[in-house]
Amino acid sequence: MKQIKRFFKLLLRSSTGTAGMVIVILICLCAVFAGQLAPHDPNAMDLTNMTKPPAWMEGGDWSHVLGTDNLGRDILSRMLYGSQISLVVGILATLTSGAVGMVLGLVSGYYGGVTDHVIMRVADAFYAIPGILLALVTLMVFKSSGIVTLVLVIAAISWVQYARLIRSEVLRLKGKEFVKASKTLGASSGYIIFHHILPNVWPSFIVVSTMSVAGSIITEASLSFLGVGIQAPLISWGGMLSDGRVLLATHWWVATFPGIMITVAILGITFLGNWLRDVLDPHNKGL
Amino acid sequence: MGRYLLKRVVQIIPVLLILTLIIFCLVYVAGDPVALMLPPEAGEQAKAALREALGLDKPFYEQFFIYIGNLLRGDFGTSYQYNQDALSLVLERMPYSLQLAGVSLACSVVVGIVLGVAAAHFRNSPFDLLVNGFAALGQALPGFWVAIMLILLFAVKLQLLPVSGSGTWQNLVLPAATLTLVTSAKIIPLVRSNMIEVMQQDYIRTARSKGLRGSTVVFKHAFKNTLVPVITIIAMQLPTLIGGALITETIFAWPGLGMLIYRGVANLDMTVVQAGVMAVALITIVANLISDIAYCIIDPTIKYQ
Repeated sequence: MKQIKRFFKLLLRSSTGTAGMVIVILICLCAVFAGQLAPHDPNAMDLTNMTKPPAWMEGGDWSHVLGTDNLGRDILSRMLYGSQISLVVGILATLTSGAVGMVLGLVSGYYGGVTDHVIMRVADAFYAIPGILLALVTLMVFKSSGIVTLVLVIAAISWVQYARLIRSEVLRLKGKEFVKASKTLGASSGYIIFHHILPNVWPSFIVVSTMSVAGSIITEASLSFLGVGIQAPLISWGGMLSDGRVLLATHWWVATFPGIMITVAILGITFLGNWLRDVLDPHNKGL
Repeated sequence: MGRYLLKRVVQIIPVLLILTLIIFCLVYVAGDPVALMLPPEAGEQAKAALREALGLDKPFYEQFFIYIGNLLRGDFGTSYQYNQDALSLVLERMPYSLQLAGVSLACSVVVGIVLGVAAAHFRNSPFDLLVNGFAALGQALPGFWVAIMLILLFAVKLQLLPVSGSGTWQNLVLPAATLTLVTSAKIIPLVRSNMIEVMQQDYIRTARSKGLRGSTVVFKHAFKNTLVPVITIIAMQLPTLIGGALITETIFAWPGLGMLIYRGVANLDMTVVQAGVMAVALITIVANLISDIAYCIIDPTIKYQ
């Protein structure tokens, strides 16, 4: 309880940190209560209300605040439901790649030798192909585009950053006196990893994971924009942008609002991540 | 340093082998291209004959070794889509990718360094705040959305620039601007924070107390020492700009490598995909190696094991 109180005290001291937290909480609320908040069924087509402009423009009305797309679907409702997909994919992909990268980084750094070489060369190979390219080719080859596939593919292109980070942290910690002392006293590898190494690796892991949620959301949106990510009837911000692209010259709002939503979400997560980095940095007096 | 570089070069060999295996697995999973290569009325016999001619009836590992053998001889296979050697297709598109990546990277580095150094110099001023805001926004904006917004503004509303295509310098402006915005936003905070750190070092104070001019201190003493992280990020961004710019390339119909690979995978023309991805990966590996060599030249204090 005391920890939580201190956390919020520190958070309120930073304006960008607070802004980031507020945005993240708002988006989480949008995702959780999309069903209650959305004024319309996000997939309901209304051919009498096609490409209606936002409420404040001529021809718009308040039943469709942000207007409708070319099938008469309400843009606000679709954006609210889209936040569910973005968050779910972003968080699941981060958890998966974080877990894989964490284990491989720990093993690679702690045991060294051939294991280290093999893991790091595989990491180099993955690193040599731009992530979006590898994800696109994999998704198109496997011809499947469910949420699970998408999460696995995004995890496959982002585990390398964790593995490298954790490995370098482990290498740094391995040389420290407290680890050597523990080893001399006869502690097992498992004990050292869980009691001495992991607690010291957490801070940088948390910072990278936060940033990685933002990266995964952009990747998901990009893949959906290319048409290989989330498929209808599921709604993704990237997919909405892709739908709106063809209407750009005549109906700008269809592609504009989902883009703003992605930008705000990423900004919020990045602000929060930057603040976490400042607070969790052992050189700063943080939590 | 010589031994270190030799070790780095030797390390490339297993990486290339693993890479080839990853790409080959994807191609293997993509399945049989025979049905796409023959006319629909072709019989089973013709299909089997073509499969045998292409070596597709052999087991996985045998196909993989044949593939590696072919690669070593510079044979990347023939694209059924273009009926052309896959390697020559990649080389044909490469100049477009290099042009777009080169222009965007040059602009990003200039914008990143100028704004980063200036923001560090006027630290905590409104200008600094503005630059930081620009960098944060640039990192949060999805590139493909920036691209369509630029089209909306400059091509549709103002009609100053063409919507898409290639051939003239006007075609290059919007895609390069998109990539510059996204890339420079990554360079600015890095230059800024390094510059601030360097400006607090003892030798800067010494240089100042010697009575050197402010600009001499900034550019001759401080700036040089911020180059190492800038080179790292250039090496990291170059491959992303060459092979990963496929969304920007698709939106602006820019005939680069990214678009070639995208079209290739959409039509299951996997020889083109293989050759394209291999080319991008090679560029990444070489870029990383060059950046390592550059560190040695710029910062003699870096130690190598």
